[in-house]
Amino acid sequence: MEPFERVTGLVAPLDRANVDTDQIIPKQYLKSIERTGFGRYLFDGWRYLDEGRPGQDCAGRPLNPDFVLNQPRYRGATILLARDNFGCGSSREHAVWALTDYGFRVVIAPSFADIFYGNALKNGLLPVRLPAEVVERLFRAVEATPGYTLTVDLPEQVVVTPEGERFPFEIDPFRKQCLLEGLDDIGITLRHADEIRAYEARRRREAPWLFPDA
Amino acid sequence: MGGRTLYDKIWDEHVVRAEPDGTTLLYIDRHLVHEVTSPQAFEGLRLAGRRPWRPQAILAVPDHNVPTTDRSRGIDDPVSRVQVETLDRNCREFGITEFAMDDPRQGIVHVIGPEQGFTLPGMTIVCGDSHTSTHGAFGALAFGIGTSEVEHVLATQCLLTRKSRNMRARFTGALPPGVYAKDLALALIGRIGTAGGTGCALEFAGEAVEGLSMEGRMTLCNMAIEAGARAGLVAVDETTIRYLEGRPLAPKGALWERAVEAWRGLVSDPDAVFDREVEIDVSALEPQVTWGTSPEMVVGVSGRVPDPADEPDPVRRGDMERALAYMGLEPGTPMAEIAVDRVFIGSCTNARIEDLRAAAAVVRGRRVARSVRQALVVPGSGLVKRQAEAEGLDRIFRAAGFEWREPGCSMCLAMNADRLGPGERCASTSNRNFEGRQGAGGRTHLVSPAMAAAAAVAGRFVDVRELLEAA
Ligand code: SF4
Repeated sequence: MEPFERVTGLVAPLDRANVDTDQIIPKQYLKSIERTGFGRYLFDGWRYLDEGRPGQDCAGRPLNPDFVLNQPRYRGATILLARDNFGCGSSREHAVWALTDYGFRVVIAPSFADIFYGNALKNGLLPVRLPAEVVERLFRAVEATPGYTLTVDLPEQVVVTPEGERFPFEIDPFRKQCLLEGLDDIGITLRHADEIRAYEARRRREAPWLFPDA
Repeated sequence: MGGRTLYDKIWDEHVVRAEPDGTTLLYIDRHLVHEVTSPQAFEGLRLAGRRPWRPQAILAVPDHNVPTTDRSRGIDDPVSRVQVETLDRNCREFGITEFAMDDPRQGIVHVIGPEQGFTLPGMTIVCGDSHTSTHGAFGALAFGIGTSEVEHVLATQCLLTRKSRNMRARFTGALPPGVYAKDLALALIGRIGTAGGTGCALEFAGEAVEGLSMEGRMTLCNMAIEAGARAGLVAVDETTIRYLEGRPLAPKGALWERAVEAWRGLVSDPDAVFDREVEIDVSALEPQVTWGTSPEMVVGVSGRVPDPADEPDPVRRGDMERALAYMGLEPGTPMAEIAVDRVFIGSCTNARIEDLRAAAAVVRGRRVARSVRQALVVPGSGLVKRQAEAEGLDRIFRAAGFEWREPGCSMCLAMNADRLGPGERCASTSNRNFEGRQGAGGRTHLVSPAMAAAAAVAGRFVDVRELLEAA
């Protein structure tokens, strides 16, 4: 995982609540056995007018001109602004891979679905929870100001507007450390392999039916 | 120390190590694997030169991509075929038990786990699939994880996670006839919303839940994720223990006795404190039907499609307007006037034997309406299918004009060939009515199996109790 420190980038507003993972990456693309290449299918059903197929070249597909990410002013956005309960629905990590592959580094919303939130952190996509009133103000600012950018500063845990207004956000200290250092969870856990073995040995005695293989 | 919830108890037993900030290394007893969310995890293991920590704790099955028609020729769709073959290969390479596509025990991952006794009370169970919450019906802590976490559990048999909050939904009163666990789940989500349980482990309790079979409890826990909860849970009781006795992977003999004794303690203490509680009186509940593109957009079958103009909140109003446009519905339309093009009875929500019995009871001696293009029954597993056939349910369905299929996820998410065409309307027993879920442009209405059967027969939504009374 690439380390994450701070991002200053163009903001794209996705003004919908309950954006679910089926919308972020429709299921036909989950048939891939790869981890990359999902960006061109991000929000496929909203972004294109035709029905997409996995492996398809998207260059010639008809774009939906009404979809926000298709507006030229949001090209190159790295920060996605969204409404409540972003990422609800299935556990597919492909939703996060599609967002990062497209170029997003941050999603700002009043709330996130739990699994999505965890998946995002594990892939270097920073989910930032801000109060609904702040998100509402940011939506108005983004829509009123072409080229609107924000700075998201992870060490400081703050979102900074072009006017210098600062909105602090919360993040779990362990996850923050992993993001800052780009740490691999499995490596961290395997440092405690002896503790895992000791736990297993104790449980084998206490609850042997959990270990039919013993 | 105050009383502990069921969730607290299972959590405490599985902590390998906890950091002061709450980050916990949690031991995972069972890991279910399917073809869609695992290939990148196995690939990650291989790239890092790692092996599964405890292959015996894993059970794999292909379910999302498998065809539900004749399988003797394999899978037509080359992309689906590669994914299923990749699972077969990974299981062989890493020594993991797999119920492959031609195994009579193959089926939807959340149906086969409990059916085999792979799922047991007090366990921690994960799967790269949000509906893992289903297994919580057994007083287990079961939840969905992403692919990075699948890899983490493969490599370490643990998960790095944090504890959720405790929430309880109490269903008081007795469930009226013709009203099922699915209706309880939908009514709850209608009340608290799809984010109502976010950050929580949601225990279902109350008289109505105690009265449910294990199948019904699984339906309820299955939908916990649609209420935003991380996991659903039901306390262990005699119903749980009776269901498990004699299952192939359940403990036997003296070990069974010992396990049962431990399992009886898997209930929330009377003085346990929940961070959130909601109570719903079910004694007057009617069958539920969703009208929109989120499971919280739901009304009773005697109700009407709501009017966005009545919604004060502008964001919600916008969502409702978009949902109605997508669903092709006018505000104020009585639900009972909405005609359906297809009917799908299946999915890990409602494809167990009891679900098929409930649907068959409605269908018996009737015919699928001529206006209905297709009515599908897709059993949750090969063993459910066999059982249903032994009871003659397949003949009832076929005689009525239903198609009787091979087990798998099928039209729940349309990754195989079973799907809705654009604009087609479906009465579905699955769990998600999101845009395009059952096929691009398809319109999904979530209902119980009995209500789906009634819709097939009537060609529109109808209160199933009218048909049950007439029979
Ligand atoms: S039946 Fe549907 S919800 Fe259940 S595991 Fe399969 S795709 Fe997921």
